[in-house]
Amino acid sequence: MTEAIPTTRPLSRREWLMSDRPQSRMQARLGRAYLVWSRFASNRLAVVGLGIIIALLLVAIFAGVLAPHSPVSGDLRNARLLPPGGEYLLGTDDQGRDILSRLIYGSRLTLYVVILVAIIAAPLGLLVGTISGYAGGWVDSVLMRITDIFLAFPKLILALAFVAALGPGIENAVIAIAITSWPPYARIARAETLTVRNSDYIAAVRLMGASPTRIVLRHIMPLCLSSLIVRVTLDMAGIILTAAGLGFLGLGAQPPLPEWGAMIASGRRFIMDQWWVAAAPGFAILIVSLGFNLLGDGLRDALDPRGSNQ
Amino acid sequence: MSSTESRLESRRSGAWASSLLLATGRFILIGAITFLGLLAVTFFIGRVIPIDPALAIVGDRAPAHVVERVREELGLNLPLYEQFVIYVKDALQGNFGNSVLTTNPVMTDIRRVFPATMELATLGTLIGALIGVPLGVLAAVKRGSIIDQIVRIIGLIGYSVPIFWLGLLALLVFYAKLGWTSGPGRIDVVYEYTFTPITGFYLLDAVLQGNWEAFRNIFSFIILPASLLGYFSLAYISRMTRSFMLNELEQEYIVAARAKGLSETRIIWGHALRNAAVPLVTVIALSYAGLLEGSVLTETVFSWPGLGLYITNSLQNADMNAVLGGTIIIGTVFVAINLLSDILYRALDPRTRAR
Repeated sequence: MTEAIPTTRPLSRREWLMSDRPQSRMQARLGRAYLVWSRFASNRLAVVGLGIIIALLLVAIFAGVLAPHSPVSGDLRNARLLPPGGEYLLGTDDQGRDILSRLIYGSRLTLYVVILVAIIAAPLGLLVGTISGYAGGWVDSVLMRITDIFLAFPKLILALAFVAALGPGIENAVIAIAITSWPPYARIARAETLTVRNSDYIAAVRLMGASPTRIVLRHIMPLCLSSLIVRVTLDMAGIILTAAGLGFLGLGAQPPLPEWGAMIASGRRFIMDQWWVAAAPGFAILIVSLGFNLLGDGLRDALDPRGSNQ
Repeated sequence: MSSTESRLESRRSGAWASSLLLATGRFILIGAITFLGLLAVTFFIGRVIPIDPALAIVGDRAPAHVVERVREELGLNLPLYEQFVIYVKDALQGNFGNSVLTTNPVMTDIRRVFPATMELATLGTLIGALIGVPLGVLAAVKRGSIIDQIVRIIGLIGYSVPIFWLGLLALLVFYAKLGWTSGPGRIDVVYEYTFTPITGFYLLDAVLQGNWEAFRNIFSFIILPASLLGYFSLAYISRMTRSFMLNELEQEYIVAARAKGLSETRIIWGHALRNAAVPLVTVIALSYAGLLEGSVLTETVFSWPGLGLYITNSLQNADMNAVLGGTIIIGTVFVAINLLSDILYRALDPRTRAR
């Protein structure tokens, strides 16, 4: 299948990468990475997804350069609710602010939420899952029951209840979403742990006197990473949608922050006549979550070729 | 069938029934534990996170003895575990306190608004299943074709689009521009006097009363939000149907059916889909539960007077009793549907009988 991909590298390097007998650890790793990449790159939609996410990152980093106007202060006298075109490419909102500039700066908030949730929820789930799987017995039962309880709640409702208690704000939205998104990661990490727990190399490490902490941290967790990364990427879209939903209900980022969900909420009043105020941020959300979904699908197929046909 | 065989058969079916009973018992136990967990979480949210619920009621300028009295009335001076025991007892009796906003008991409010949410979710699931299953089957049969790609893209967009935004656009196009449907709300004011709700499911009520004019009116309101929710369950159902069908079409009995000379239609819809139907029941049940959740944002956009709108309205007014009561109800329904679909799966799948 790798023949289908045009490669700019000389063939000899490709042979070096694809070697059955790697000479060094680095060669083995590079070879493996190359294999995953070529599988990934053969999926056109996945590459589109990757492109969208890279574009999002670039837009967020260079927001200050790219945005033609200020995202928070507008021309109230001359530029209220202007239609798209002309000086304001995507029109202006009710406060005379340039919608395009707000979208560009809003990408930072979206990334902020997504990255923070991933940083909090993924390690938490990984920890709970690996401990649960490795320890077994009553520890496993208790931890899995707790996981089930959190899984039993619909995500958005639980996040709503948490934000209601914590108070609105983007940090609290992040905390609420993180609390609701770790259980699937724990499930995945546990399943992976169970498959390697009784393998010979773990027994060997144990015989060498490694402590359970060391075994879990150094020898089990790394093996759970690839399936966890896939799942986190696939969840990103859900996280963005939940954050936007909270923003739409006025519980996420507060004005004048250009959060996309909150922008839709403020454009809701004008939907009948000035539809572009609400339409543009929703479209941005759609594109970015589509990007994460495509990327996640592609990663899953590339890292786990067994399940790729479904 | 010889007598030993029939005896074996009857013993086997008896064993199956008892294993089903045992499984049901286990499921109920798990359900009970999960329900307790739900209550623990909402208890934590309602009692532990806020700095002081008593202060939240009387305000921070209130004199100390007033605060103390309120604390005692709320039972906040008791140890936390005793508070929790009382909380669970109350919840089991359906007592979630009073709503600050409507001054009614929260349970009364929920009983009033819940049928609206269920009606919407039911119609949404129906739409999603009736379109999603055939789409998924088609995609699996014509795997890799243009139809497969289109179904995949429809599904992907369904997973990626913010539901409240799509709702706003739908209102803009189908209500404001085209005028095909009614706008936000559930029924025209005109019918408030001629139409009396009985069950709370307006469509059903209209049929029961033979009030076709009201039925048409209600339908013009519900069709837009229901189609929207239907689209979301369609995205999920068609994807799962495709994957189940691909799995079935690889099986040997399909080859056998082909060798017997059965028509392709018969093989796909009669044989493969019938076997895929068992896990599909679970998927449809789960998507129904998911729509109950999706209703929060949809109801807000369409001013649909259901549980979702009730929760968001209460949120805006910091009415925690109502928010948490609604959360518990939706969580409980979620757990119940999950358990039911598990039990249903066991009852429907003949392979569980063999053991």
